Amino acid sequence: MRQPTWLQVEKRTSLSPWVVFGVSFAAIVAALLAAGIFFKAYGVSPLRAFQLIITGALGSKVGLAETVRRTIPLLLCGVGLTVAFRALFWNIGAEGQLLMGAMAAAGVALFVPMPEVLRLPAMFVAGFFGGALWALIPALLKVKLGINDVISTLMLNYVAAFVMQYLIQGPWKGPTARGFAYTDRFPASAVLPRIPGTPIHWPTLVLGVVAAVLAYVWVTRTRQGFEIRVVGENPDAAHYAGISQGKVILMVMLVSGGLAGLAGVGEAAGIHRMLLAPAKLSLGYGYTAIIVAWLARRNPLAVIVTSVLFGVIMAGGDVIKVSLGLPFQLVNVFNGLILFFLIGSEVFMRYKVAIAWRRR
Amino acid sequence: MEWQSWVVSTFSFMLSYGTPLLLATLGEIYAERSGVLNLGIEGMMIMGAYSAFVSAYVTQNPWIGLAVAAGVGCAFSLIHAFASITLKANQVVSGLALTLLGLGLSGVLGRTWGGLPLPRTLQKITVPGLSRIPILGPSLFEGQTLLVYITILLVPLLWFILFKTRIGISIRSVGEDPATADSLGVNVKRVRYLCVAIGGMLAGVAGGYLSVAYRPAWTEGMTAGMGWIVVALTIFAFWNPITGMLGSFLFAALYHLSFRLQPWMSPELLRALPYLFAILVLVFVSRGTLQRRMGAPAALTIPYTRGED
Repeated sequence: MRQPTWLQVEKRTSLSPWVVFGVSFAAIVAALLAAGIFFKAYGVSPLRAFQLIITGALGSKVGLAETVRRTIPLLLCGVGLTVAFRALFWNIGAEGQLLMGAMAAAGVALFVPMPEVLRLPAMFVAGFFGGALWALIPALLKVKLGINDVISTLMLNYVAAFVMQYLIQGPWKGPTARGFAYTDRFPASAVLPRIPGTPIHWPTLVLGVVAAVLAYVWVTRTRQGFEIRVVGENPDAAHYAGISQGKVILMVMLVSGGLAGLAGVGEAAGIHRMLLAPAKLSLGYGYTAIIVAWLARRNPLAVIVTSVLFGVIMAGGDVIKVSLGLPFQLVNVFNGLILFFLIGSEVFMRYKVAIAWRRR
Repeated sequence: MEWQSWVVSTFSFMLSYGTPLLLATLGEIYAERSGVLNLGIEGMMIMGAYSAFVSAYVTQNPWIGLAVAAGVGCAFSLIHAFASITLKANQVVSGLALTLLGLGLSGVLGRTWGGLPLPRTLQKITVPGLSRIPILGPSLFEGQTLLVYITILLVPLLWFILFKTRIGISIRSVGEDPATADSLGVNVKRVRYLCVAIGGMLAGVAGGYLSVAYRPAWTEGMTAGMGWIVVALTIFAFWNPITGMLGSFLFAALYHLSFRLQPWMSPELLRALPYLFAILVLVFVSRGTLQRRMGAPAALTIPYTRGED
């Protein structure tokens, strides 16, 4: 009789992209199954829930547009995070960097006199630097004082949200906004064009795809990209090779924060056309982008795919929220599960697991 | 006199707001001392808050609520333990996942519980005798719940276990040099599981304290980033329960004092202050740059496999 007697575990020596893809895919399927159990426990048919997510996010023009709308900020933030994660800098602060980008852009949109043709480009530049400078704070704290990056980036998210809240309730509160806490609407010259009939602000989408490609070339084909990798994988080696760890960290955080800032410009100028409550401006894009970047295995190009996947989950989550009466927090449960299965699955990338059959 | 009521209110806020911070910090100190970084405190705390409220509401007994919170926090922490100890997954990401899961799950499950008043909350007690001391009495020995004093008593106990007993030596050696600990017959995985579970229990109780004592009600996301402040406090404490207590209470007192800035600062900016404090707290204890790890357990975040470095 043949029966499994032992699991054979051996270390993988090389890793083919197909293994990475297969394992990641299996992890997502497993997470969806776990989510299905959760749906079931909540009294909702899992099949119906998944069907609604897919048809809701991809089955109609409106659904598709909503998916792409959510993909745009996830793409920009996600690409930035892959760069930071490559240097093993834990940037959990894309959310705050996004908000800072939106604030910088709104400032330019509402208060800076300039030729109208230059306004949108100036907003993107300001947004990039808003996010980049905000990201530079934790980078400097880490390089100069050795302060834990997870904590500082995370805390600055809260600070950014409260600063924004302060601006829209105080000095930037629009005279036309009556009792509501938001700024005036942006002038027409500060509003991003959309694909007609959809909320898709295509210039930001193009920017996101370009950023993904450029970042990919940067981290895989250039000397600086090599330095980033060495710092991330083996800081000691970086030290002996004369690579300045501090310089690399500052550099990746400038880019990471800047890209998140651009996402903020897109949300402010493309979607809302004003500055409003932080929780309304960003639907947690900066946090979700962490999963997007991790699922992409820190490959900027792969973010194009993973950001779409999470665009589907976010847009589909909205659909089941409305049609099945489920709370929005469900998406967080989803994301948490996916993240767990994702890192849990990495054991299969490090080790080959086979069942050894032995005759009794 | 005005300054007296001011002192009293600062001290009593220090105890009531510092206690959940302290509970969770003590737990995280144990987890990190054994070499496991658990960034899921926020998730465990919010699950503790939710489960404590619901069970206290149903049973009409807040202590049962706290016990359930300890169990739920512990169960939640075991997910992280399994991912990071057994599967050797990345601890930063696993902790984040735990936080997401906790915030999401408690939000979904707690939807119908929001805004309900808790019929029986944790009782406030007056310490006989001591409460009669002028100023200090009403500051420290009046109007607090028993859990506050239990938590304070826990500090020397946990300090003693960590630094003066065999178990403590095992915990610290597993966090500093697991290979050597292993060769001396310490079961590395078991010790780490145990410490993460203790951390989960204490974080669960900390969350429970919020929903059955501090502000007896359930609100979605009511931990509001406290779990992250705990991570900062653990570093500030140099992984020592005694300094952990000082840090938690100092943080709470500072937070309270910042309310005095109200006439000069808008309420939104005031609410951002605790998060800035958390960073400042780390700036305060920082020593040198990346190379110096600020006295962190040497094997923190590094999974252990026998026969590998």
